[in-house]
Amino acid sequence: MTKEKIKSLILEIIAEIVPDEDLSHLKSDVRIRDQIELDSMDFLDIIMELRKRYGIEVPEDDYMELATLDSAVAYLEPRMSRL
Amino acid sequence: MPDETRIVITGVGLAAPNGNNLAEFRQNLLAGKAGIERLETHYMGEVVAGVCHFDPLKYQKKKELRRGTRAGSIAIYCAQEAIADSKVDFARVDKSRIGVYLGITEHGTVETENEIYNIKQYDYDVRFWSHHHNPRVVANNPAGEVTLNMGITGPHYTLGAACAAGNIGLIQGLQCLLLGEVDLALAGGVSESIGSFGIFAGFKSEGALATHADPQKACRPFDKDRNGVVVSEGGCIYVLERLSDTLKREAKIYGEIVGYAINSDAFDFILPHPQRQAECMKLALKKAGISPGDINIINTHGTGTPEGDPVECQAIREVFGNCPDVYINNTKSYIGHTMGAAGALELAGNLPSFEDHIVHPTINVDHLDPECALNNLVINQPKKVDNINYILNNSFGMLGINSVVIVKRFEK
Repeated sequence: MTKEKIKSLILEIIAEIVPDEDLSHLKSDVRIRDQIELDSMDFLDIIMELRKRYGIEVPEDDYMELATLDSAVAYLEPRMSRL
Repeated sequence: MPDETRIVITGVGLAAPNGNNLAEFRQNLLAGKAGIERLETHYMGEVVAGVCHFDPLKYQKKKELRRGTRAGSIAIYCAQEAIADSKVDFARVDKSRIGVYLGITEHGTVETENEIYNIKQYDYDVRFWSHHHNPRVVANNPAGEVTLNMGITGPHYTLGAACAAGNIGLIQGLQCLLLGEVDLALAGGVSESIGSFGIFAGFKSEGALATHADPQKACRPFDKDRNGVVVSEGGCIYVLERLSDTLKREAKIYGEIVGYAINSDAFDFILPHPQRQAECMKLALKKAGISPGDINIINTHGTGTPEGDPVECQAIREVFGNCPDVYINNTKSYIGHTMGAAGALELAGNLPSFEDHIVHPTINVDHLDPECALNNLVINQPKKVDNINYILNNSFGMLGINSVVIVKRFEK
């Protein structure tokens, strides 16, 4: 799976979790939570959706890896390569 | 009685299966229009149910809807509508002096069933159990969602009281105003029960779930062919205030709560008890300081079960047997049993009678059961009467809980 594809899948999840937010201006290298209203329960929704949709388990110690879109793509790329 | 101890209704917000506000609801009650439809449920397949069709996005963001519960959503809609209706200057009101008191029949059943349904798709792996589960199922959820949505910082909680709960929400609001705990109460009841297959299945197992080829005719209290409860969702929340506060602004006053009572059958888990119901009505009359003959409308609890309706009729005969001018109706025949909302919602349907002097009928009575043939039971056609001064509202529930509220036409 390409980096672009992974990024669009992450954005798809975020769009579902925060449906009132405009994601079109989301910068890839800035913390997501600094750009849109996304609290800790929403973040857990992202973790749950990764588990449900792609069978990916993100341990709590790695949560920081999902802080920006770029870091999330980098973290998920090896884990989603076979999908 | 001093104005500080007189509690009046100054706003109504409601979601009924046949109306999204009081005007619409009343119009349909007078037109004989029910709001029951077919609904697909988990495991049970198709059932008949009362479904509300208000727009939840009127007061909630999509994210709030996703995170919260249906009961919370109904409560928010009703509370916001009630405040708007009351013309209270909400932006300037002290939010720490507002209390939210909502009757519920049950809460958490829907959310728990949904989670189990969800993890079943993952072979019951609990890693897929939602982190939203606990805040959704805590018993204060519907009232709490109202405070989150509206920025209310006074007390909020729910009153678990089976199908007597709607009246009890009102009573709690009234009592907290009398105690001086709050200056404005958002009080009533809500129900999201149609989201739970278990509630339908439970009534079915009891032999008390209504069925009919035409959903609009499924709920038929007092009819010989009644065959059970139509489960419905709904909500009704009132703005209650002390009369002394309402006189400081030009408030519309729907009525004054002058009597109420709550008692217990101490008899059976499910079966009602006519003596205790009669005692509850008498207690409420005593509190109001009036005689049975002063009542103009009795809104019956009657759910349309073969066993329940005659028991209430027996209780009403005992208290009101010799009163020629007491008219009796039923509201569930239009909207089904809105459970925790029932008491509050059915009372709302009757409040406009103070102004239009019309008693809405109970519908779907094709063959009146002789056991339910009460004097002045208003059947199928609205009844115009000379004057309406007092409405008595019955709401009874499982485990033998009875609640009665009496509202008086407002007079200074």
